[in-house]
Amino acid sequence: MNLIDLTLTEALEQLRTKKISATELTRAYLDRIEKYSKELNCYITTTPERALADAAESDKRYANDTARTLEGIPLGMKDLFATRGIRTTAASKMLENFVPEYESTVSQKLADAGTTLLGKTNLDEFAMGTFSKTSFFGAPINPYQRTRKLTPGGSSGGSTSAVAGGLALIATGTDTGGSIRFPSAITGLVGMKPTYGLCSRWGCTAFASSLDTMGQVARTVDDATLMLSVMAGHDPKDSTSANFDFKLQTAPLNLKGLKIGVIKELSDVEISGDMKSIMEKRIQDMKESGAEIIEISIPNILDALAAYYIIAPAEASSNLARYDGMRYGLRVEGTDLIDTYMKTRAAGFGEEVQRRMIVGTAVLSSESYEVYFMQAARVRRMIADSFDAAFKKCDFIVCPSSSGPAMPLDSDLTPLEYYALDLFTVAMNLAGIPAVSVPAGRSANDLPLGLQIIGQKFDDARVLQVAKHIEIFAGLDNRPTSVMGE
Amino acid sequence: MTYTIKGKTGDWELVIGLETHIEVLSKSKLFSGASADYNPSVPANIQVSMVDAAMPGMLPVLNEECVNQAIRFGLAINADITRRSIFARKQYFYPDLPQGYQISQPAEQPPVVGRGWIEIESDNGGMKKILIERAHMEQDAAKNKHDMHPTKSFVDLNRSGVMLLEIVTFLDIKNSENNSFITSPDEAERYLRQIREIARATGVSNANMEEGSMRCDVNVSVRRAGSNEFGTRTETKNMVSFKFIKTAIEFEARRQIEIIENGGAVSQDTMHYNQDSGTTSVMRSKEDALDYRYFPDPDLLPLIITDDQIEKIRKTMPELPTAKRARYIGELGLSEYDADRLTESIEISKYFESAVDGVPARAKGIANWMISELFAHPEFEMKPADLAELVDMTRDGEINGKQAKDIFIKMLDGETGSPKDIANKFGMKQVTDTNAIEKIVDDVIAKNPSQVAEYKNGKVGLLGFFVGQIMKKSGGTMNPATVNEILKEKLK
Repeated sequence: MNLIDLTLTEALEQLRTKKISATELTRAYLDRIEKYSKELNCYITTTPERALADAAESDKRYANDTARTLEGIPLGMKDLFATRGIRTTAASKMLENFVPEYESTVSQKLADAGTTLLGKTNLDEFAMGTFSKTSFFGAPINPYQRTRKLTPGGSSGGSTSAVAGGLALIATGTDTGGSIRFPSAITGLVGMKPTYGLCSRWGCTAFASSLDTMGQVARTVDDATLMLSVMAGHDPKDSTSANFDFKLQTAPLNLKGLKIGVIKELSDVEISGDMKSIMEKRIQDMKESGAEIIEISIPNILDALAAYYIIAPAEASSNLARYDGMRYGLRVEGTDLIDTYMKTRAAGFGEEVQRRMIVGTAVLSSESYEVYFMQAARVRRMIADSFDAAFKKCDFIVCPSSSGPAMPLDSDLTPLEYYALDLFTVAMNLAGIPAVSVPAGRSANDLPLGLQIIGQKFDDARVLQVAKHIEIFAGLDNRPTSVMGE
Repeated sequence: MTYTIKGKTGDWELVIGLETHIEVLSKSKLFSGASADYNPSVPANIQVSMVDAAMPGMLPVLNEECVNQAIRFGLAINADITRRSIFARKQYFYPDLPQGYQISQPAEQPPVVGRGWIEIESDNGGMKKILIERAHMEQDAAKNKHDMHPTKSFVDLNRSGVMLLEIVTFLDIKNSENNSFITSPDEAERYLRQIREIARATGVSNANMEEGSMRCDVNVSVRRAGSNEFGTRTETKNMVSFKFIKTAIEFEARRQIEIIENGGAVSQDTMHYNQDSGTTSVMRSKEDALDYRYFPDPDLLPLIITDDQIEKIRKTMPELPTAKRARYIGELGLSEYDADRLTESIEISKYFESAVDGVPARAKGIANWMISELFAHPEFEMKPADLAELVDMTRDGEINGKQAKDIFIKMLDGETGSPKDIANKFGMKQVTDTNAIEKIVDDVIAKNPSQVAEYKNGKVGLLGFFVGQIMKKSGGTMNPATVNEILKEKLK
């Protein structure tokens, strides 16, 4: 068996039983990065020396029985998480050469758990995008049918491309409006947006602070569960971090007697026939396993997109004000201060980032604040309340992760068409509730599709356990060698 | 009398509102762990955390100590403490603002310190309650330095993120009587002095305008004497001395009166004060007012304050200057002047009370020594107990005033030991033995018959001459009161 095809759980078992060494496993990944990373463009920066040093330490720990939770597991880090001494670009020209002197809480926790860092994965610039096309470093490629140059989704497209293609065993992501779940769905992976506040935001470049959620990309639900158990935890450096103790649960949750909600308002939304039939199949599977399927209502869910595309740009316009060329990052000298600001920001930010900052600035202006920002905030509150009400009637909610499979990178969509792709994901960010996308089936043209399992705040562990059933029902092969057609 | 300015068409009253920023004393900054001990002697850019420099992914964490300081100040100005308040971002681009926004508390909602008041001496005599609308927490900016390079400016981030408390006076539209707000330049100064004293007494701020730990924006409008309407105000920004504030208020009021009397209307502008000419000029007209795009800071949770927290702070509240001054006058018998001087700072009143140490009879003597001697020698650290001993020795007649002064000078010059030790060492003891004094008095009288005759003929001023002779003969050791008494008796 190819080392690259081992899941996290399997790899840990082989490492523990000394069938393989961490160095062997890491080398296998480094070789693969060597072979494919140019084609897939899933890494902005690779860190082979660091990876081998990490692996050597892991082998020492396996030898002396001090191995940690994720000892020796090759990891890709979305290039939004600050990594000490390793450049952290947010896929922006603005931060092309920015090397932080601090380590984000999540990347520190993963390092402390024994992972080996392979590099920093590609993404949409400042995580703003759906196809990872806004990256200053060019778009990553979906490993499925890779000659077709499909998108691996965005914004965490570098992470999903790497994990699906076997250039990382697991990877971090961030999800502000679907940036983990959508790319995971269309690359056949398990990707989760945990409860807001479960994983610390400290040290992760901010896009929209009230929505930004740090999460994980993995090949199986068990892998995602184990990874989350390492990433979660209260952080006094993040005031919005929850004081919640995430308990690792891997025992399967019995579907019998569980009430699974289906959102009424989404049933009229046009989705691909494949997605529709896969959703129906998996619902049927759950029914047969004893779950009760009920219809629930989130009346304002179709307004979620509009609210999201006001709140997220508003916060982004504020969060990105710090990139002014004064202290770090790109600086283009102008004739005076204002000219320097304008030239620096015009040169440093790409088109989509600029578009969102302009929208954000507009909706926060004193004449628009009440009609746009406050109105969006009210819609957000209503959506959160509707989810609360729905969870009084059901235990979990199931819904598609996307309307269809991966599209070609050169699809010519308008900004609004791109924004519409977030329809199935943004509401959970607005509500701050956990949602995981799990592989649920394949489209007619053999591309992966995912379903989301959504739960109440801090019910993350059980959300994953329900998702595990979908994974089993679908029974898909997402081993990198088969994905890459080797 | 209410302060008025005479115009061409009649008398005008002033309506003044102040927004006072005080830099709050705390170990670390409002939202970061960097030292908040901002002062010009600290080398540039060393008290800066990643948060203060607005590095990517950095998050603010509210400093509990800063919240307590705000509550402390709130209690001192008799204010409502808001149980739930929020933080918002005030956004604009400037190199002294690394985040591109200042974290502050928005105007639309009550900040941590709500409605309160302080008392000042009114121009009409008596006391006047000045209403305060709010006091909110916010981040100070960094400091731009324009004098280090011919074409470049530099930024020192040491001050970036230090907590400011902005105290805003209240103008009650429902009560336009001028008994609840500031109506003259003098009242403005008295208000600011009172704020400064409260800040110092509570340890909330040094509130020192020269050092920049107190700054003020001045809102001025005018109205005809006796009118109940408010006029349009202007705001003069960033005032840094009591003198400038008074000049600016008066200049601005006269400027507005002239406009109105010439048939114009005052425009709600932001003014700049020119220190050299003492004049104000328009910095930004109302139309150009900046849009700060305030919105709630998503990185911070609402600030919740519990009754417990407030009660804990209430228990540690020091006596405030007004109460202290009243006690010094009423219970310790000090003059108003002495009481004022001894309540100028918390250190001074602490020293004073430590020296008095519960013995009211000492108070006057200690006050005199502090005001006339210790204030003149700020470098000399005399122990409060030593000063108390010196005062007691004088009061008990062990030494006289001249000897006390000699002992003080010796201590000032580095002599070690307590005043008693020094008196013993140098054999300084006041002669109170009347026999010994009588002997010398007799001697001096015998030696100066002509002066005795003159004195007896009514030239009583010669008494000092005799005392001088006697003291000289005794080497200054005699009790002057006893000498006087005996001398007067003998010269009868």
